[in-house]
Amino acid sequence: MLAYIIRRLLYAIPILIGVNLLTFALFFVVNTPDDMARMQLGVKRVTPEAIQKWKAERGYDKPLVWNAAAAGGAKLTDTILFAKSVRMFVGDFGRADDGRDIAREITTRMGPSLAIAVPTFVLGLFVAISFALLLVFFRATTLDFAGVVLCVAMMSISGLFYIIGGQWLVSKVWHLAPISGYSGGLDAAKFLVLPVLVNVVSGIGSSTRWYRTIFLEEITRDYVRTARAKGLPERVVLFRHVLRNAMIPILTGVVVVIPSLFMGSLLIESFFGIPGLGSYTIDAINAQDFAVVRSMVFIGSVLYIVGLLATDISYTIADPRVRLK
Amino acid sequence: MSILEVRDLAIHIRAARPVDGVSFDIAAGECYALLGESGCGKSMTALGLMRLLPAAAEVAFGSVSFEGTDLLALPESGMRDVRGGGIGMIFQEPATSLNPVLTVGRQICESLHLHAKLNGAAARARAAELLEQVGIPDPVRRLDEFPFQLSGGLRQRVMIAIALAGSPRLLIADEPTTALDVTIQAQVLDLLDELRRTQGMALLLITHDLGVVARMADRIGVMYAGQLVEEASREAFFSRPAHPYSVRLFAALPDAANRGGRLTTIPGSVPAADVRHIGCRFADRCGEVMPVCSTELPPWREVDAGQRVRCHLPGAAPAVSSRVGAGDTASEAATPPLLEVRDLQVHFPIRRGLLQRAVGAVRAVDGMSLQLMPGRTLALVGESGCGKTTAGKAMLQLIRPTGGSVRLAGDELTTRSTQELRPLRAKMQMVFQDPFASLNPRLRVGEIIAEGMQALATGDANVAAKIGPLLEQVGLRADMATRYPHEFSGGQRQRIAIARALAVNPQLLICDEPTSALDVSVQAQILNLLSDLQRDLKLAYLFITHNIAVVDYLAHDVAVMYLGRVVESGSAEEVLRSPRHPYTQALLAAVPRVDGVRGDAPKLAGDMPSAAKPPAGCHFHPRCPLADDECKRDYPGETRVGATQVVRCFKAG
Amino acid sequence: MSFQPVLLWSDALLFILIATIIALALWARRQEPLRAAWGRVLKDGVAMAAATVLAVFVLIGLLDSLHFRERLPDQPGVPARYAVDVSSVLDALLSDLRARSEKTYSAPLATHLYSKEALADSAQREFPRLKHGGAHLGQDLSSHEFDIALRVSRGCAGGLVIWLLLVSVWCKVRGLEFIEMLKVGADGTAMRPVILTMLPILLLFGVAMSLGGSYHVFGTDKVGLDVLYLSFKAIRTSLLIGTLATLIMLPAAILLGILAGYVGGWVDDLIQYLYTTLSSIPGVLLIAAGVLMMQVIIDTHPDWFATTAERADARFLALCAILGVTGWTGLARLLRGETLKLRELEYVQAAQAFGVGRFAIMLRHILPNLMHIVVIAVVMDFTGLVLAEAVLSAIGIGVDPNTVSFGSMINTARWELARDPIVWWSLVAAFFIMFALVLAANLFADAVRDAFDPRSSA
Repeated sequence: MLAYIIRRLLYAIPILIGVNLLTFALFFVVNTPDDMARMQLGVKRVTPEAIQKWKAERGYDKPLVWNAAAAGGAKLTDTILFAKSVRMFVGDFGRADDGRDIAREITTRMGPSLAIAVPTFVLGLFVAISFALLLVFFRATTLDFAGVVLCVAMMSISGLFYIIGGQWLVSKVWHLAPISGYSGGLDAAKFLVLPVLVNVVSGIGSSTRWYRTIFLEEITRDYVRTARAKGLPERVVLFRHVLRNAMIPILTGVVVVIPSLFMGSLLIESFFGIPGLGSYTIDAINAQDFAVVRSMVFIGSVLYIVGLLATDISYTIADPRVRLK
Repeated sequence: MSILEVRDLAIHIRAARPVDGVSFDIAAGECYALLGESGCGKSMTALGLMRLLPAAAEVAFGSVSFEGTDLLALPESGMRDVRGGGIGMIFQEPATSLNPVLTVGRQICESLHLHAKLNGAAARARAAELLEQVGIPDPVRRLDEFPFQLSGGLRQRVMIAIALAGSPRLLIADEPTTALDVTIQAQVLDLLDELRRTQGMALLLITHDLGVVARMADRIGVMYAGQLVEEASREAFFSRPAHPYSVRLFAALPDAANRGGRLTTIPGSVPAADVRHIGCRFADRCGEVMPVCSTELPPWREVDAGQRVRCHLPGAAPAVSSRVGAGDTASEAATPPLLEVRDLQVHFPIRRGLLQRAVGAVRAVDGMSLQLMPGRTLALVGESGCGKTTAGKAMLQLIRPTGGSVRLAGDELTTRSTQELRPLRAKMQMVFQDPFASLNPRLRVGEIIAEGMQALATGDANVAAKIGPLLEQVGLRADMATRYPHEFSGGQRQRIAIARALAVNPQLLICDEPTSALDVSVQAQILNLLSDLQRDLKLAYLFITHNIAVVDYLAHDVAVMYLGRVVESGSAEEVLRSPRHPYTQALLAAVPRVDGVRGDAPKLAGDMPSAAKPPAGCHFHPRCPLADDECKRDYPGETRVGATQVVRCFKAG
Repeated sequence: MSFQPVLLWSDALLFILIATIIALALWARRQEPLRAAWGRVLKDGVAMAAATVLAVFVLIGLLDSLHFRERLPDQPGVPARYAVDVSSVLDALLSDLRARSEKTYSAPLATHLYSKEALADSAQREFPRLKHGGAHLGQDLSSHEFDIALRVSRGCAGGLVIWLLLVSVWCKVRGLEFIEMLKVGADGTAMRPVILTMLPILLLFGVAMSLGGSYHVFGTDKVGLDVLYLSFKAIRTSLLIGTLATLIMLPAAILLGILAGYVGGWVDDLIQYLYTTLSSIPGVLLIAAGVLMMQVIIDTHPDWFATTAERADARFLALCAILGVTGWTGLARLLRGETLKLRELEYVQAAQAFGVGRFAIMLRHILPNLMHIVVIAVVMDFTGLVLAEAVLSAIGIGVDPNTVSFGSMINTARWELARDPIVWWSLVAAFFIMFALVLAANLFADAVRDAFDPRSSA
């Protein structure tokens, strides 16, 4: 098991290097450091000196990938790519192009992101699995049919409409929660209710349907027939036998996203004005802040890989047949 | 006094009627066998009794009375007390019928809690007792194991323990041993028989295997196309079966008696469940068919006390004699061998640790040697997991062997590259086990057959013109070339697979369990076809099988495999009539015989060990009744014990 | 010639796509299993109804993909000149709607603007009269409601007549009685749901056309453009996003998935590395980065594009390409897993026993047996992509602001929610049309999945 985890973590290194190269290429193939300096400085203050100064301050004054002027190994190491990437691997994200410390920004913005993502995740999972079990319990009845129709209808509505509709109905018509914004401490709760609610509702359709399919597939298995032949009531068959086995495919889709909850939701955060990592990313994208985007990509990839690993480990808990080697 | 009375049970799945008016009684403590080929509605009947039918199926009419209670009228909650408590059930596939994520103990205790109202330590203790009772060694430890940690035989025992937990008065066993090896089958059948006698439990046994019926049943109901066609006591049924279908089932069984002759086949196959019948359902496959058969459903008719039949023929159906064919056509051993295998090894590395180094190997085939003469049939016999299929594929170089040599007509195969092998591939072909997986569903039959000719460029100028004759050669029609595999039955598909192999004019055909997925009557057709082809084309067969009866019927030579090695080989006559290796003896004794005669050789205990960790010394010693210290130390060398018979056992000298 | 045809890149790809689909359909007709599966779809009433709705959307999208530049009035001595902006056949058909723009917001079927303005001849701020909406009524607005009712019934009648006409033509072709046609199973295919679905569609069209002649059915947006017209235009964007992204990713996903699964070894390692790397980057970030980079290229090379339509088209294609690049990993992984299973099947081994080459095996034995997964993936991805476009456009990394799309419609509309009274019509129009499109696609995809999935038919 330990050997497996170590091997998987070692395997993550080439992936992260690949991720880094890819983001680097995406930004610098078309966008020279000079372009970035010009954009950051604004039209008025652009002089060759200012650009040079801007680049020097942020370490963009080196060649991109190959420093022909340097000697020996430094040809490779004394470059933007190398300098920027290596520091990220040791957890140093440096400063954003607007001068702020990225690591600090991330730690302060993590809170609001998690405050939305975690309740959404837990509530969403609970509600969807409950609904799916309900539909499966009443399978092949009118209730089941109506439920599926509702699910398909719900998943055919764009998430945007859930947000707008929620804001309009809950905030404008009913005045139950603020339309957007955020504040620290306990006050946060009233700002969180609406985004969490909207997020959960918008996901119910597709996830309920997905879980229902998984349950229905499990329910045709031979061991379920054995359980019924024992004389177990349907309720016990569903909860003890079907649910336990259905957890295995469900875990595949669910556990992998848990670490990524840190990243926040771009859409929800930008629509509800939550100062989390999602809106941070959006702002960075719109400002073309390479340092921030690169850091977020890096963190996102690390979290995804952690998620994959967590999925594998969760299998060993859910499925006694799986032994990691 | 009947414990179960089934009257006119009919089960419909939309337009299909898989069970169409079935009536029978089972007395307390009796073993009643429902016998029939696949698709006859046997399993559907059993599920209908338990009201466990799949969602689309429903009981259309009829009544099921268990100890006087009408089961079909019970509310679902009442039915739950009957399930497990009154009627227990075990299924065909122990591998999938146990919940993979719950421990064995939990699955037994669940039933104890429900029916015996036992909880906690008391339930656990009782569960251990039950495991002990079904013959599972070390029962307390097994309680905390998961089904995947058990072998197939042990899983089926656990299934039986679960069924016993509710102390049922009737146990329904749906093909309980079909998925098991013959030595394990013998163990499980013994167990069921013993439980029935000690617990006074009635047994409804559902099976297609006449041998199992002869071994177990008191009374027999023969099912055909959703109806019972004959009901009789075991003695009456096995001495004089009355329905033409029953008679043919017996005649289709291969064994040494009709060796070299042809098997009686039943033409066609079981009609689909959505076909409507007016007259007798067996009419269009019956040899004694009369005009009345197709217009009038035959009534039940008493043949003898306790034997009744649904047939218009007066008296019992006449016996069908097997017509003796051309006799033994095998050439004698003067010619050089066509296939010569020496010390063949196929090892699959087991990788572990940080760097995935190979820390061991699954020795699937571990030094096997054999010879096959042109035009003869060599049967490679063994239980599942002994490496016989892997060996067959390694000979064809579909799996590259780890070591040893394979020579085909003098040409060494193992050292050749994929390119260099190509010219030799036309000489050797394979027929696979599963006729549903061995034909690409997206290709037409003609394309499937043409593939080999095109790939090997056999020089046939007109590939298309060869397809028709090939199809006719295997007993199909030439115009079937434009159809897709899904339009054919299992037996027809296996014919197509044989035609595909024949297309490149091979000298050697490796047949990997070619009939194990087929019903007895269809198996007979395929075996007849194979022996015709051998006679006409002088083919050599390497026949990989676990079915001793088939071996007895068609093999000239036999090699018995155990855990990657051949433990005994020789002519069929010598090996099967006077087996010398204790394993061969046990294997032959374990086969349930239609004549009901029990072998006196010792029954094997336990399972075959894993090929990743074969026992030291003779691989067979942990299960061998004769084993001593020498056997635990060394692997025995070859001992010649007859004209052709060679055995690897210290005790056979 | 009074116009000059313009072939945008996305149009070209769309036509290639349609040609491919037709070619594949012809090929599938001869493939028994595929034909059987599509036959099951054809017999599914819900699927056929959904397909009818989709077909209407596709028709609108196609009309909007035939682009041209209008010829400007000839001036003597000057060679013919063409308009700067690119129009489509749809634009030409809807030229009425397109031309009659108001000053700013107006509610559906309104006769006055949404906001008060100081009128030239009055000291008071009033709701100014619309230039086009209800102009035919003159100053007498008492007949406004009656006029609407009249036009609605006229539209309904028109729709009904066209429907009856279509049905009787179809009956003639098939040689069936009119009533027979409406009975279950009158035809081999499920023409009945098609015909029944056509009725509401034609009625809606009739009403829209009849009202649209004199009113703004869905109102007007901030710059006074008719929302009905915008909604029609947005359909093409949605359809193209849903199909082109798939078209781009499909070859890569199929090729790499099969190669990884069948060849194994270092090829498998490399391909697995590739898709793990790609899928480990948060998708939105990858898309954002890609779109931004594309935008920079477009901005720095204004000379590449003759018209704004071409510029917007370039960004649009970039978005499709990036969605494709991020989308292939899932399908490739799926196909790899399935190939690993197929590789062990006996018919593959039988082919190996004949010495059939690797590529021939992949082509003859593996690929055809994966087609059902590919078909299912394509139809299932479609709705995901349509919905993704709206979200991406809403957070500013979607289509070009000049491209009309549901995302951009919603995005501009949401800022007006704070107004009182609320400006709701753009949102509601976008909601219903998108809902109809996505729901139809979802229902169709479900039917296709059921028909193609070997597990569900067994």
